[in-house]
Parts: sequence; C-alpha cells; structure tokens
Amino acid sequence: MPQKVAIVATGQTKHTSRRTDVNQREMITEAIRPALEEANLKISDCDAVMIGNMEPFEGYMFPELWAVEAWGGYLKPSVKFNTGGTVGTSTIAAAYYYVASGIYDVVLAVGFEKQSDGHTQTAITTVGDPVWERSIMAGALGNFAVMASTYIHESGVTPEQAAKIVVKARRNGANNPYAHLQMPELTVEDVMKSDVIAFPIRRMDMCPQSDGACAVVLVSEAKAKKLASKPAWIKAVATAHEQQYMGDSPKRLAVMRSQIDATRRLYNMAGITNPRNELDVAEIYEVASWAELAMYENMGFCARGEAGRLIDEGVTEMGGELPVNPSGGVLCTNCIGATAMIRVAEAAIQVMGTGGKRQVDNVKTALATGYGGNAWCDAFILSNNSN
Amino acid sequence: MSAPVKDRKAEDDVLRVPYLLQMEYEYALGQHAIRFFHELKENRRLMGVRCPECQRVYIPPRPVCGICYVPSTEWVEVSDEGTLIGCTVVRLPFIDPMTGEQRPVPYGFGIIRLDGSSTSMFHFVDETDDAKLTVGLRVKANFREPREGNMRDITNFRVIGTAQ
Repeated sequence: MPQKVAIVATGQTKHTSRRTDVNQREMITEAIRPALEEANLKISDCDAVMIGNMEPFEGYMFPELWAVEAWGGYLKPSVKFNTGGTVGTSTIAAAYYYVASGIYDVVLAVGFEKQSDGHTQTAITTVGDPVWERSIMAGALGNFAVMASTYIHESGVTPEQAAKIVVKARRNGANNPYAHLQMPELTVEDVMKSDVIAFPIRRMDMCPQSDGACAVVLVSEAKAKKLASKPAWIKAVATAHEQQYMGDSPKRLAVMRSQIDATRRLYNMAGITNPRNELDVAEIYEVASWAELAMYENMGFCARGEAGRLIDEGVTEMGGELPVNPSGGVLCTNCIGATAMIRVAEAAIQVMGTGGKRQVDNVKTALATGYGGNAWCDAFILSNNSN
Repeated sequence: MSAPVKDRKAEDDVLRVPYLLQMEYEYALGQHAIRFFHELKENRRLMGVRCPECQRVYIPPRPVCGICYVPSTEWVEVSDEGTLIGCTVVRLPFIDPMTGEQRPVPYGFGIIRLDGSSTSMFHFVDETDDAKLTVGLRVKANFREPREGNMRDITNFRVIGTAQ
C-alpha cells in the first residue's frame, strides 16, 4: 500500500515572455523560496529534490549540475526529468512515488524554463525522429492545426466555441497574479479578428512562450499534519504514453487514446464515476483552445461531440458547474518545464483554498493534467480529504 | 518631466551573451529504414511491416509493434495513395530543421492515412486554399526524380479526389 502524500506548499515566478533581468538560477530561486516559506521549511528539511527542464530549448546542458545550488541539490539525492510538455508532471509524479514509497518524507519538486535564452521553435524540431520526421515537420503550430482540423471533422465544434475558450482563459488569467497573459477585457470578436496562422488556428488560439519556474513541496502524512492546516492530498496518479511516431495514433487529439486511458485509470483509482459531477475544478494542460475542447471529451467531462455545448453553456467558466483553468491555463502561461507542474500547483492551491481572486468556492476534489509530445499524458486527483 | 525612452535592444546586447551552436550529427538509419529507403529508391515502393499478432501495418517500419511487443518480420507494400485525416495551410514562417532556412509560406500540410497502412504520416500537400483543403480528400504521393533513398524522395502529396 502506498503511503499517503500531500502537497503543503507551492511557489511560482511572475511568468512573462522575457526575463532578461535574471539568469536561470536567479529565476529558479524565485519559485523555491516562497514554497519553502509557505511550508515553513528550510532546504535542509528536504530529503530529495526532483527537477524538470527541457534543456535543449536553452542549450544549457546538465542543469542539475550548473544550477545545483539554486534548486537546492547540494548533497541531496535528485533526479532530472526531460519529458517534453509533461516535464512538470513527470517531476511531480516522481516526487509522489518517492514519498508514497516511504523512502522520503519531504521532497521538493522544481520545474523551470527560460525560453528567451534560446530558440524553442527550432529546438523543438529535434524532438522529431531525424530519419523519418524532421524533414516534414511544421512545428508545434502545424501539428496542432492538423489535429484541430481532425477534431472539427469529428465533433463539429466551431471557431467561435474555440474563441470562447481563449476568452475564458485570458480573463481567468487576469485573476492570477502569476499568469503571463492577463486580458480581462478580451472578447470573442477580438479573438475572431486575430490572424489565421494555420487554419483553423488563429494567433490568439495558441499559448504564449513564457519564462518561469514552479516549485511544489510534497510530504508524508505525518509531516503534512504538522506543516499545513489544509494540505492537498494526492489521491491518484496516472501516466500513459502514446506510440512513437506522430502518425501512429489514429485520431490524434480528437480521440486521444493516452488521455482516455490515463484519466479512466485515474478516476477508477480515486473512485470517481462521473467526473463532471464529482470534480470541483480542473487545471488542464490545453496548449491551444481547440485542444481544451477535445480534452473535455477525452477526459469524460461530456459525450463525444458535446464539448462545444459545454463552453456555450458556461459549464467550465468560473462560477460554472466545473470550472476549468481558473489560473488561465497554458493559454496564458507556457514555460515548458514548469507548465505541467503549474497545473498541479494550481489544483493544489484550489484545494488548499489559497487562490485569492481565482479561487473556486468549496473545492474538495481537483483534477490536474499534463500533456506533451506525441500525446504523452499524466493526470492527478487532489483532494481535501486524506482518506 | 518624462525620462528618455530606453533603447531595449542596445541594453539587451550589453546584458546578454550571444552563442551560436553548430553541431554535426550522423544518425544510423537502422535495418528497417535501410530496407524501406532501398525499396523507395530502387522500386518506388512504400513498404511497411505487419505485426503478426494484431495485424497492424506500420509505416514507418519498426523492430517491434509497440502494442504487442512482437517482432515485425513480415514486409507488406502499402499504397502511395491515401486519405487526408487532418490538414492545414501554414502561414507562419518556420525554420526548416534540415536546411536552417525559413520554409516559404503558405504551404499545405496534412496527416495522411496511406491505403493498406494502420498508421498515418505527416506530409506537405500541394494545396494552399483553406476552402479546398479538407479532411477526407484523396491524395497521392509525388516523388522526386531521381530518388536518393530518404524521406525527401516523397516531395509532397497532390489532391486526386474529393472527400469521401
């Protein structure tokens, strides 16, 4: 039986496009120090540190070495994660496994990316297989546009419904002091007027590139009761990896086998039978507006083809039945190595009730997801109840 | 009195260290790709492998079916025609990783299920009109001549029929 694991503290930078005022080490400490302060811990209280970063984007190899002091690794066991979009959730999952196993009581997880130091769009091509895929890649944008077209064909969702997702995200982002994009006045018309950069994707449909870091403190049951009055308990963790090549999954985003598999196992572990009713909030890794709609269906929030209706009816808006991404999500902030971790941190914040203007009322159960290259998926259930 | 506007560019140049990385790599193709590209070059055939357990036909060919983990020993020819299961016209410039140059925009791009294959492949499509490029179109591969035995031997796909 796994030991119970709780999140007792989180920390984030104010995410933005170009942190030219600091280097990576300085930026990392901006997330870790508030997390330690919130838990009233010193770095020496942490038994191990898990770190996440996609180093090809910065061209700064072996960050566990050169930033060891900044991420608190001096004389500590650590593991680095480099799993694309899911870096942050791989890092949290590892921290969870260590605490759940009983090996460590306090594990610090850190994810970061400083994209302004490098060139993400070019570096991301090295994710593709050099023999088969690199000569025929069109970046994250081309990939998402093609996936969105398949999804539209399958579901009949409209550009206006995608635009509503963008408006929801960026208005929510305005309530989140850490969010990169904050657009409280954004309208559907504004989104529909933005350039089509690869049909059906408009400029406003895509996430930004951000610099930022996130830190999360995971602890055992005994520590949780000492360190936090209202910890966020991790009730279930599930990971699913898709096959190797971009064309291997039949319907890609539209019917994402990995996300369907991961979330069904997750709900099963957590005893959830109707996610729309039983979840109070979700922080999902959505990347593009169209992806959020497809994910509603993959995650079982609604039946196939019903995602457009979910946003039309305001179900996933703040104040709706199941608010999705009160933080503004990835559409507001994408600092790769931190992005998926921010989903878990924000879900924990909702359960702990410390969300300020972005807080959803009376959150008992929260979903957080990670998503990355070739549909690798992670999913977490957080709860206010340890049992 | 307002302060003079700072020249951000000049300030960045002072505070940032530029670095240009050029590294050369040479990737071994592996036995399955060698066979595939030999057939493509010599016979203009697209060859996949069939999993003896689940019967899925894989392009690219690979040592084991990732679902069954059974060695794929049977080679099968798949068609150079297929169906578009997703498509777009890319209008934002992007660096071509093989050349380091910006690929001219706009260009058609899609994911194609070749007849006889269980998997799909991304490729360029010779249509840049959003209204004409739709899911379900029938497409056929255009080949480079002479062929050299790599992915660029398929230059792109042309539309040959209406959506099904």
